[in-house]
Amino acid sequence: MNEGLIVTFLLCLPLSAFVVIRLFTGRRWQIFSGYLSTLVLALTTFFAFIMAWQYFFVYGKMDGAYALFVPIDMNWLVFTNDLSINFSIIIDSISVMMLLVVSFISLMVHVFSLAYMKGEQRYGYYFAYLSLFTFAMLGLVLSGNLFELFMFWELVGISSYLLIGFYYTKPSAVAAAKKAFLVTRFADFGFLIGILMLGGVANNFDIVQMIRSIAQQQALWEGAGTSFLGMSVLTWACLLLFMGAAGKSAMFPLHIWLPDAMEGPTPVSALIHAATMVVAGVYLIARFFPVFQMDATVLYVIAIVGAGTALFAAIIACTQADIKRVLAFSTISQIGYMMLALGVDDSLNGLHEGYTAAMFHLFTHAFFKSLLFLGAGAIIHTVHTNDMHEMGGLRKQMPVTHISFLIACLAISGIPPFSGFFSKEAILSAAYSNHKWLYAIGVVTAAITAFYMFRLYFSIFWNKPLSPVFIKKEGSWLIRIPLIILAVLVLITGFIPFGNFISANGKPLPLEVHFGFSVIPVSLSVLGIFYAAVLYYQQNNLPALLEKSFGWFYITIRQKFYIDEVYLFITHKIVFNVIGNTTAWIDKNIVDGLVNWSAGITYQFSVLIKKVQSGKIQQYVLYFLLGVLCLLAVVLYNN
Amino acid sequence: MIVNFLLIVPLLTVLTLLLVKNEQYIKPIALVGSFVQLLVIIGTLIQYLGAASLKNNGAMLLQTDVNWFAPLHIHYHIGVDGISMVMLLLTALIVIAAILVSWKEAFLQKEFFILLILLSFGAYGFFIAIDLFLMFFFLEIAVVPKFLLILIWGSGKKAYSATKLVLMLIGASALLFMGIVGIYYNQPNGLQSLNMLQIAQMQLPYHVQLTFFPFLFIGFGVFTALFPFHTWVPDGHPAAPTAGSMFLAGISMKLGGYGLLRLVMLLMPAAAQFYAPYIILLAAIGILYGAFATMVQKDLKYMNAYSSISHCGFVLLGIGMLTPVALTGAVLQMVSHGLMTALFFAAIGMIYSRTHTRIIEEMGGLLVYMPFISGVFILAGLASLGLPGLSGFTAEMTVLVGSWQQPVTAYRVATIVAAASIVITAVYVLRAIGTVLMGKGKIYSDDTPTDARWYEKWAGIILVLGILVVGIMPFLLLKLISPSILYLPQSIFK
Repeated sequence: MNEGLIVTFLLCLPLSAFVVIRLFTGRRWQIFSGYLSTLVLALTTFFAFIMAWQYFFVYGKMDGAYALFVPIDMNWLVFTNDLSINFSIIIDSISVMMLLVVSFISLMVHVFSLAYMKGEQRYGYYFAYLSLFTFAMLGLVLSGNLFELFMFWELVGISSYLLIGFYYTKPSAVAAAKKAFLVTRFADFGFLIGILMLGGVANNFDIVQMIRSIAQQQALWEGAGTSFLGMSVLTWACLLLFMGAAGKSAMFPLHIWLPDAMEGPTPVSALIHAATMVVAGVYLIARFFPVFQMDATVLYVIAIVGAGTALFAAIIACTQADIKRVLAFSTISQIGYMMLALGVDDSLNGLHEGYTAAMFHLFTHAFFKSLLFLGAGAIIHTVHTNDMHEMGGLRKQMPVTHISFLIACLAISGIPPFSGFFSKEAILSAAYSNHKWLYAIGVVTAAITAFYMFRLYFSIFWNKPLSPVFIKKEGSWLIRIPLIILAVLVLITGFIPFGNFISANGKPLPLEVHFGFSVIPVSLSVLGIFYAAVLYYQQNNLPALLEKSFGWFYITIRQKFYIDEVYLFITHKIVFNVIGNTTAWIDKNIVDGLVNWSAGITYQFSVLIKKVQSGKIQQYVLYFLLGVLCLLAVVLYNN
Repeated sequence: MIVNFLLIVPLLTVLTLLLVKNEQYIKPIALVGSFVQLLVIIGTLIQYLGAASLKNNGAMLLQTDVNWFAPLHIHYHIGVDGISMVMLLLTALIVIAAILVSWKEAFLQKEFFILLILLSFGAYGFFIAIDLFLMFFFLEIAVVPKFLLILIWGSGKKAYSATKLVLMLIGASALLFMGIVGIYYNQPNGLQSLNMLQIAQMQLPYHVQLTFFPFLFIGFGVFTALFPFHTWVPDGHPAAPTAGSMFLAGISMKLGGYGLLRLVMLLMPAAAQFYAPYIILLAAIGILYGAFATMVQKDLKYMNAYSSISHCGFVLLGIGMLTPVALTGAVLQMVSHGLMTALFFAAIGMIYSRTHTRIIEEMGGLLVYMPFISGVFILAGLASLGLPGLSGFTAEMTVLVGSWQQPVTAYRVATIVAAASIVITAVYVLRAIGTVLMGKGKIYSDDTPTDARWYEKWAGIILVLGILVVGIMPFLLLKLISPSILYLPQSIFK
């Protein structure tokens, strides 16, 4: 089948589901909206599979590498002959991989939501927004034009806004939605400037053309271009693109929106804030990787931000009580890993292990993290609380959830042979061969990850005996089936020879697991699990003692290092109160004051001169006389 | 010639309205009149497209030229090009929506609709005039009736606002008049023509351009809310009735932008080059300053009025940048801003008529009671913050891309400053949506506020469709705009 046709189907199906549900299903028919959009998503996933099968197996490799197709390239908004926003589709190994991930996870989430959102008042809206999101996300990964990508990027952001604020009567949900949109919007401002700069340099917005044109301008990437604050145009542009990526992927210090975004329905968190949208930043950098790797400084910045965020978020995750927030911080931490992997990609020896490792981790992470979130959703659906201290002993109540959650926890902790092990090993190995200290951070983070994930696992499923309040059974099959499918995938995806399919130059890159190398990270992770078991397997007072002994340090971590407070101070106190109010005051009193003042002056002047027109004949005669005298004086003087 | 009907139809509508005795026929007549006008515009568009495809450029076509007052060389000279076509369509859509929104206007309705159609008559005339005096003449028609409209049907400090608005705009007209007189008496070879196409061809002497550019620029700038001459906007809009606000923001503010493009760029290309840095400076200030001032407004109408200053800054920025792309973007932004502000004011009017308050903090949870109105409000907001697929995105991005083509560092800084406004716009739009529509529902004086009625729905739908067309199919508009922009004197594009 023709790729252009498949892609058109892929994009049009979810979009039409959105339009149909939003326009034609009112409150009465909304019960069908769930089935409609799930069916549509199933079709979309089917097409995505066909696409992947065709791309990887039918066409296969040409000259030992997977080729890049542009099946559709239509003008949409033409600025000049070169500069235009096109509706263009790029088909290469990473976009096909993302296509699979996005449509498949979205399908799982749709199925799960059929049961999870049942009886919701705005059931129809929910599925409409979910379809809109899927459309935007598929568009994002397929975009072949940077501006087009930016458009889908924004659409993804707005659907995330709508879904986080789904329970719009809850003030906290409204605030969280607003925060998520504004923080990413701030990052998008950088992204936009980066696009303009790159577009100016390359005189094009088409991604393939841009990369080619920038690669040809050798002087540019040697740093000889016009520099500003000591950095070349290319460095600036790449850093600004990374700013956009960091916003969407919740990298420090733009991470603050993601934990709050958990106010949305849990399946939404699984889809948007774990598996798909938040990795868009990683995808963006991978898409522009040929440009990024020309600039070692930018890559180093990316690696440092990634590693720092991974460690930072993992530390915070150890202290959170809300299970969704723990998962949110673990997402931030894992995306930090992916960024780290991209940053340590070693282009010098041409192996590009980091790039492949980042994509591999993105792939495995999507499955185990959405599994964790859906599991959390199943738990919350049963026990109606987010607080892990109120749970405990749920293993008998929810066997399917329990086993699948355990599998996902093992995977994220990097225990062989679960999928996370393989991808994390690849990242650590890439870091090891590049920057040893970043490798050290990665290993420590892996151990902390194992600790907090099993803290979560033990607190939910073991710890104390089952509370008699929770008599509800595990949800329906619609809830359990996605969990089972995802768990199976978590078990097997690690064995995919990933380097064979995806690598920076398209040539196969074997990712080998060396026993000697894996010993340290795995044993540290096991140690983390062990500590978690000691502390949380049974109810005891050790955790409380530990918290006490850490004192203010513990509180600082639990308050997320007070970063939200800093942001609040800057936005509310400085931007809103100082800048905003001052501007409004100046406008009212100075700028408009001048307008009113000029009106006042005119009035005063007219008051002054209106006395002349007094109506008294004597006065007029006086003026007349004075006038005559003046004239006489002038005439006499001139003679 | 069909172009004349663009003026005849509104006049006939006004005449009919004057003669009608029965009050209940007034609104239908106004509505039918504005629909007929829309049909005439579409007819003109078809004729224009046919004629333009023959000429293959964006010149002023379908001209009618009649000598009106020979001693002063004043002609009744009209014609259309792509830019005027776009503005005519915009005007027609907004007028129809404004009439629909005011369907329940009961107080002196005959006079109300007469004034509204008269205003639109001025705008239509302005957009097709080729003779300088005729242009000025129509501009005045589009200004003076606003005084009555605000004074009689307005709210709040209406006497103050009406006086201020009309005085400032008349002041601007005075500057324009001086500029036109200056052009009239300072043509090469002692010619005295008011035909802008003819003057453009002969080219005004450089010093004349430099001297009279500020008059015309500031004159039209006041209409476009040029900083620091914008203060009629925040006072005028809130005091005006809903239809008045829609007209003011949707069409009146476009008169300035159109005038700048049509008259100033055409007649004074050299001066435009000279003054471009100042235009850009004022535009960038206006964009950011307006956005910051919007952020802290407490009244929805004030909020939208201040945001207009920010959005119209993009029009000025595009004009100041003097690249074909940026100028095209300026026209797109005029259309986009016209549609979305009109929609915003319409939604605010609908909300106000139900909650009897416009203070943001006093409302909450309206989404529960009025899903349709809230949907319209959200769409207008999203268009304002530049969501792809809606008009704001295409327009602002075109301006930004066009601005970036100027390789001067200072201009790029201005572009970055302008781009920063997308963040602040998101702040105030989401703040309004979050507070007014979402959150806990509050209790209003009517126990349960109702959703939109049919006429309000249609007003909303018409404008939403316009926004979607500009947002999804901008190439349709570009086909009209770009050739006419490229037809401007080539000397303005360095």
